[in-house]
Formats: sequence, C-alpha cells, structure tokens
Amino acid sequence: MMEQIITQASSYAAQIDNVIHLIAAIVGVWLAVAFYVFFSFIFKYTRKRHPKAAYITGETHEDGKWVHRAHFVVIACDVVILVFAAMAWHHVKQQLPPAEATIRIVGQQWAWKFTDPGLDNQLDTVDDINTIDELHVKVNTVYHFKLEAKDVLHSFSVPVFRLKQDAIPGRVITGWFKPTKTGEYDIQCAEMCGIGHGVMAAKIVVETPEAHAAWLEQHKSQNITQNIKTKNLKKLAINK
Amino acid sequence: MTIDHAHDTHHHEEGFFKKYFWSTDHKMIAKQYLFTGMFMGLMGGFFAYALRMQQAFPGKTVPLYGVVTPTLYNALATNHGTIMIFWFAMPVLIAAFGNYLIPLMIGVDDMVFPRINRLSYQVFLLSAIVLIASFFVPGGAFGGAWTAYPPLSANANYNLTPWGASLWLVAVALEFVAFLLGGINFITTFMNSRAPGMKMFDIPMVLWTIIIASILFMASVGPLIAGAIMLLFDQTMSIGFFDPAKGGDPVLWQHLFWFFGHPEVYVVLLPAMGIVAEVITVFARKKLFGYKTVFYTMVGTGALSFVVWAHHQFIAGIDPRMANLFTITTVLISIPIAEMCFVYIATLYKASIEFSTAMLFALAFLAEFFIGGVTGIFLGASGSDIYFHDTYFVVAHFHYTFVPIAIIGVMAGLYFWYPKMFGRMMDEKLGKIHFWGTVISFNCIFIPLFYTGAAGDQRRIYNYQNFPHTNTEFLSDLRTFATISMVSMLLFQIPFLYNFFVSMKKGKVAGKNPWKSNTLEWVADSPPPHGNFKELPEVYRPPYEYSVPGRAQDYWPQNEKA
Amino acid sequence: MSTAQPVATRRSVTGMSTGKLAVMWVIGSEIVIFGGILASYIMFRLQHDSWSHEAAHTNTVAGAVNTFVLLTSSLFIVLGHNAAENKDTKKAFKYIWLTILGALTFLVIKAFEWSGEISHGFTIKKSLFWSFYYTAAGVHAAHVIVGAIIMGIISLDVRKNKNLHRVELIGLYWHFVDIVWIFLFPLLYIAK
Repeated sequence: MMEQIITQASSYAAQIDNVIHLIAAIVGVWLAVAFYVFFSFIFKYTRKRHPKAAYITGETHEDGKWVHRAHFVVIACDVVILVFAAMAWHHVKQQLPPAEATIRIVGQQWAWKFTDPGLDNQLDTVDDINTIDELHVKVNTVYHFKLEAKDVLHSFSVPVFRLKQDAIPGRVITGWFKPTKTGEYDIQCAEMCGIGHGVMAAKIVVETPEAHAAWLEQHKSQNITQNIKTKNLKKLAINK
Repeated sequence: MTIDHAHDTHHHEEGFFKKYFWSTDHKMIAKQYLFTGMFMGLMGGFFAYALRMQQAFPGKTVPLYGVVTPTLYNALATNHGTIMIFWFAMPVLIAAFGNYLIPLMIGVDDMVFPRINRLSYQVFLLSAIVLIASFFVPGGAFGGAWTAYPPLSANANYNLTPWGASLWLVAVALEFVAFLLGGINFITTFMNSRAPGMKMFDIPMVLWTIIIASILFMASVGPLIAGAIMLLFDQTMSIGFFDPAKGGDPVLWQHLFWFFGHPEVYVVLLPAMGIVAEVITVFARKKLFGYKTVFYTMVGTGALSFVVWAHHQFIAGIDPRMANLFTITTVLISIPIAEMCFVYIATLYKASIEFSTAMLFALAFLAEFFIGGVTGIFLGASGSDIYFHDTYFVVAHFHYTFVPIAIIGVMAGLYFWYPKMFGRMMDEKLGKIHFWGTVISFNCIFIPLFYTGAAGDQRRIYNYQNFPHTNTEFLSDLRTFATISMVSMLLFQIPFLYNFFVSMKKGKVAGKNPWKSNTLEWVADSPPPHGNFKELPEVYRPPYEYSVPGRAQDYWPQNEKA
Repeated sequence: MSTAQPVATRRSVTGMSTGKLAVMWVIGSEIVIFGGILASYIMFRLQHDSWSHEAAHTNTVAGAVNTFVLLTSSLFIVLGHNAAENKDTKKAFKYIWLTILGALTFLVIKAFEWSGEISHGFTIKKSLFWSFYYTAAGVHAAHVIVGAIIMGIISLDVRKNKNLHRVELIGLYWHFVDIVWIFLFPLLYIAK
C-alpha cells in the first residue's frame, strides 16, 4: 500500500510501512464495525420506524457488558500496535548498526550543508567534500549522520527513506540510514524554520558504488564556492 | 435552604452601551464571546482560504486577497492555527456555551462574580485586538508556526518579525488571562451555586465537560505562561532561556508548550462531547447510556492527557527511550476515548431519532470524530510517526478532530440552544442545506490531504513545486480538489449566517421548551430575562429521564416535583 | 456595588464561601505558573554544576531577612483576619497596614539587593542562572506588589466596615505569596 504511494528506498522503510499497514488494518476493521453499528442504529431507530424509545440506563452490569467487551478488544489491539511500533522505533532510532561511513549534515536558514568524509572515509580531514543541497551516498551502505543546526530548528526528512530527525542548534544528533535503491530523491526541511522554509529543498542521490567512486574522484579537489552561488540565487527568489 | 429573591433587581431600561458592552449578565457576555468568536472564526477561515488557494494555484493572485508570498504564507498559516484554537474554538465552546449554560442549567440567576466575568471578556477582546494589530506592524505578523518554537520565535534575526512575534505572544498570554478569569468563575459557580437538590450526578453532562475542561486548562497553562514570560524576555532582551549559545535549551519550550498543548486538545474536545450528549439524548428521546461511565471516562481522559505531551516531540531530539514511554501513555488514551464513543453509540440503541439539524450535526460529530480518533493512532505510535510527523497526514488528522469539535459540535449546540438564546426557531430547511454542504465539503477537503501527506507533503510549505517528488500532477490535482472543497465549505456558511441573523427577527416564536427537554435552562423564558428564572428551580432527578416507562409524557423535567 | 449581587454569589453548596473557593482556585492556577518556572530552573540546575558558582554571589543575608519579613507580615494578616472576624475594624485596619509595611520592606530590601548585584555585573544577561534568578524573583515580586495594592483597597473597605470577609481572602493569597518565597529562597540563594 505505502510502497505504491511512495518508494521505499531504505532498509527500514518497509518496517515502518508495515507498522502503518498494521495500524491501518486494525483501525480499518474498527472503523468499519463502528460505522456499521452506528448507521444501522440510525436507520433502524428513526422516529417513524421506532416511535417509542426504550428506557436503558446503561448503569447495570448487564447493559455495560457490550461496551466492556468491546473494550477488552481495544486493549488487545493497543498492545499489538504498541509492540510493533516500539520494535520499529527501536530499530530506526535506538539501535544504530555499525557505520560504514559517517557524514555530517548541517541545517541553516535556508540550505542543507552536507559533508562527505571523502576518500579516506574520515570526517574532519582535508579531503572532506562539502556540498550544499545535494547529498551523494552509496547504495547498500550503512551511513551514520551527525545532524546539527546552525541557527534555528530544522528537520532532516527523506520521505523515501521514511527518515525524519529534528536538528537542534547546540546539539549533535546521530542517526543512521542504509539506502537500498539508487536514484534521486527529495530531502525536505520538516520543521518550521522561517521565511525560506518552503524552499529548503535538497536532493539525495543514491548511487552505485562505481558511480559514487567516480563522484568522489571528481570532487576531491573541489571546494564549495560553486554551490554557494545556487544558495544566493535561492535567496533572491525568496525576496521576490 | 436558601430562600432566594432574584427579582429585587429593578428593571429599568439600560443604555445601549451599558447593555451591549458593559453588561455583567452572563447571557450577554456569552453572546459577546459567541459573536467575537464567530468573527475571528470567519477570519481564520479566510486565512485558510488564502492558504489553500496558494497551494492549489501557486504564485497566482488570490481573489479578494492578493499574492501570497512565502512570508505571508507563514504568517497566514501561523495565525490560522492560533486563531482557530485560541480565538474561535475556546471562546465559542467554553466561554460562550459555558457562560450561557452554566447559570441556566444549574438553576441560578448569574455567575458568582459577574464583574470578573465582564473583565474576562474585555481582556479577551483586547487580546483579539492585539493579535489583529500584529498584522499591521513593521515586519508583519508572526510566521513561526502556532507552536512558536524557539530559536526561530525568540530571535528577530531569524524570524524577521520583531514586532509580530512579541505581539503574537502578548496576545496569546492575554487570552490565557481571560480564560483563567473565566475558568475560576465557571468552577466556583458550578461548585457553589447549584439549585437545591442538584446532586453530583444530576448535573447535565455538558456542564461537567466544561468544568473538567476549565480545570484542565487551569492546571496545564501555568507552565506555558511561565514559558511565555521567558520567551518574551528572550525576544525583548535577548536573554537566552531557549538559546543554546547562551546556555539555554530550545527543547524546553517544546516541553512547556506541549505540556499545555495536549491537554488543550481535550479542553476543546470535552465541551463538544458534552454538547453532543445533550443533543442526542433529546432527539433520541433516550437516557444517556451509562452517565457515570461517561463521567469517569472524561475524568480519565483529562488525567491521562497530562502524561502524553512528548508524543509531539518523538523526533524532536528527545531521548529515544522516552518515546517508548510516551507511546504507551498515548495509546492508552484510546481506552477512555473508545469507551466514550461506544457509550454514545449505545445511547442510540432502541432510540427514537428525530433528524433535526442539531441532531444531524451531533451525529456527524460522532462519525467524523471516529475518523479523527483512529487516524491519531498512526501518529501516537512512535514507529509510524517517524514518517508521518509534520506531514499533511497530521494536518488532516487534527482537522478531523478539530473541525468536528469547533464547527460541527458548535453547530449542533447553536441549532439546539438558538431558540433559548434568541427566543425564535431557526429555519430547518436552510439548516439542512447548511449541514449537508458543510459536512460533505469537509470530508472532501481532508480525505485527499491524508493521501498527499502519506505521499510526502510536509506541512507549512508554501509551494510544493519546489520539491520534485511532490510536484506531480496527481498530487496537485488532489490539492486543488481540497481547495475547491474548502471554498465550498466556506460558501455553505452563508445560508447559516443568513439563517442565524434573519431568524432572530423572523423565526417562529420558540416558547419555553420547544424540544421537550429536561434540563433547567428550558424552564426559563426564551430568551431568559435578566435574572433568568421567575422562581429559582429546585431539582428532583437526573437530567436524562426520557421515555420513562409508565409516564404519559416521554420527558420528565428535572424541576418537576414527582 | 453590592446592590445587585446575584443569588449565585450567596449560595454555598460546598459549604465554603464563594470567595474562599475562588481564591483557592486562583492559588491553584498560580502554583502551576511558579511550578513551570521552578521546574525549568531545577532541570537546568541539575545539568549545570557551574551554576552553584554563580549562586555563590547571591546575597543570602538579604534573602534571609526578607524571608523573616514576609513571614512576619503573614502573621500580621492572620491577626488582621482575627480582628476582622471579631468585627474590630480599627485593629483589622492596623494589621492590614502592618502587612503592607512588610511588603514594602521586602521590596525595598530587594531593590537594594538587586542594585548591588547589578552594579557588580550580575545582570539578567550575565548567565542563565541570573536570568532565572531575576525572572523567578521578579514574578514573585510582582505578586507582592499586587498583593499590597489589593490590601490597600481592602483596608479602605474595612474602615467603612464593609466586606470584612475579604481580609481572610487576601490573607490566603498572602500566605501563598509567602510560601512561594519559601521555595525560591533555598533554590536560588542557599543551594550553592
């Protein structure tokens, strides 16, 4: 269901989607039953068809039975949902698998700055590659990201990964993802961050190992001045 | 016990100003709140219109408004939310219905502190004026979302609205003061001034809900008032309570805000639930199923609502272990809420339903609220919230709770108590046009938005063409459809407004008790005079004694001796 | 003003007077406001040991004297309430003004204390500890001022032998203001 609406491009996308499917199935059944009972009462007990209402207090044990029974089923459903939701949460946010590469992501008004560790696969070395609004990653690789914000709150969201994490100034938040499908996808800012929030778009390029290596090679000596130009253009667009 | 003389007050004609602007009569204050709330509601609706037009036709000039720039878009979105919660839902549901109904339903002549009541409205009016003024200051109105997360809201270098942000905050704080004054009055009146014989479980459910809501508000708003003081200091003196560079913590505001913000949902939900209880029992001619169950579930929901706030912050950088805890408490809330819904459905069992406009709105409230309730589970469950957080799915979900509450529930109440408020009946035919138009349009707005949210539309984005994956033809068609439905919903309020104002003069005269209802407000004249009752009533039975076997009448007013 | 007092105000289903009940709820809503400030302060304090160095610069003696002043004024308002119960308006008037005097003493000491601290560079912007210090104590001082003004208004009524029950109500509020200080004093001054 979800994968038809939006691609699954990370290792945990399917798990999150399955939680969504599970909840959809459970509440779907509930909603159907509730609506069936609700509307059948409405059609059955109109003034015309049922001129004299019954007197039922609902305070006796016998009356309460119907409501309480339904209630136990609600609790059982709650437990099922809780277990699966917590499992997905644990997998995505709590237990980080060992990193094969670590990148830095900095949100600022109104652009994303990405730092790729470069050829030596170490952050904060001379061969780091900085890019603005474009993140290149290798498919089937576990990435850790160090998420920071320069000014206000931002939120790093990659819908196809089912990933979202707020960035908070003054903190470094670590998370992970493992892309599983090559292609170009949207990165969005998902937290109100001022006038340019609506244009704080970026793209993530998931590449094959070969393509990624080529990209690294191509950018190993390139600084980011070029990218700053695009940012200024965007500022102009906002002011217009 | 107390021998009351309500009518030693002399009945001289009051001047126009005194009658409409300086009145201490709870019914006049209720109407002031109602009309101010309706005005603000229309303004909030107009903002939504401008927003949705921009979504559907990005960059085009919006008729009656103009071009929606990103700055304006943010200001409109922020103030749409703020207005609808604080200047529409709360004043209408709590202040207007509370003021109108509490003294009448407990059988007394006024609130215990009429002048504090008047002050409450005046502070509220001032707060509304401050908010509106914030649109006309240099830099324009605040646009940092209704949640006003710092550092964006705390620093004018970031939000670029130096005046707007502070005025917004002051307006919200004043509104809180107004509701604290009103709330204290409500609770005290409710506790101390009930008619002789009115015991705890003889109180109509709507009053319980308004009182529980007032207590919830009072207990939850304090930390946010403290937070507002801190944020105001941050804005005006750059102190840095929420600025990490100065040792502060932006997430603190989120805790203070949502510690209030989540109970606030129930502050507006409960009164709507109460209104619906009154309406369905009257038009189903049936006793409320399990009065005590409803009461305890309301109290339970209220209590639980204090321990769920962090579910708004799952991905906000809080300790991930905390998310598990808050998922549990959040999903637990489904237990009392589900019970409430079951009880309302059970009330319809073997009923004798008359489909008046008020009843249609009450039933629609239930049906729509079911949808709003169950879609909340996707967001309360931490695992799926990672994806849905701050998407249009959230927007659709909470509109499926707030529209039933603030529009459908309010309409049920207005159509129901209109004869009491104005002494005349509203036109049922126009009422039904209004009902079907509103409810169908409403569903057509938000069902597509569930889908766009699931497809990745984030909230508060003024133009989806900036994101290749949301810039598809199908998604923009859905957005356009939602916009058209939104305009249709607004247009369907015209028959209502016409009906509402014309019926005041031309409607059929209502009489004391047009719906054959049990509760005490229907004992008074329609509209009730100053002082409400000719003779203050006493209470002999619970409020929902409809269709009692062995009685010729199918209702049994609370004040009727045997 | 009391010509058109509604029946509602005179009823008392709970057995407690309406005014007293309302003051209880006012205090309830105030508790959560101070609770919000103090809870935020405590959370920060637990995370930042360095704050105790800042707190060392507060004037504990002035704080202690002020605690004593407020406690004494609370005693005066109790005596004022007793006098009002016995319809001794003169005595009640005197005790109310003694309480107001206590409030003013509190504020004067506070003013000296703050101006001393500010002149030494411990302004509200010095660090977050001082931000909390001035904000929490400032909100409290605002309550002291409001309380003193209300007491002044009530004292005028008392002299005319009107609304004597209000002495008890302001007394309740005053005890609350006092108790808030008893929380603030150790949290801001003593915990070093």
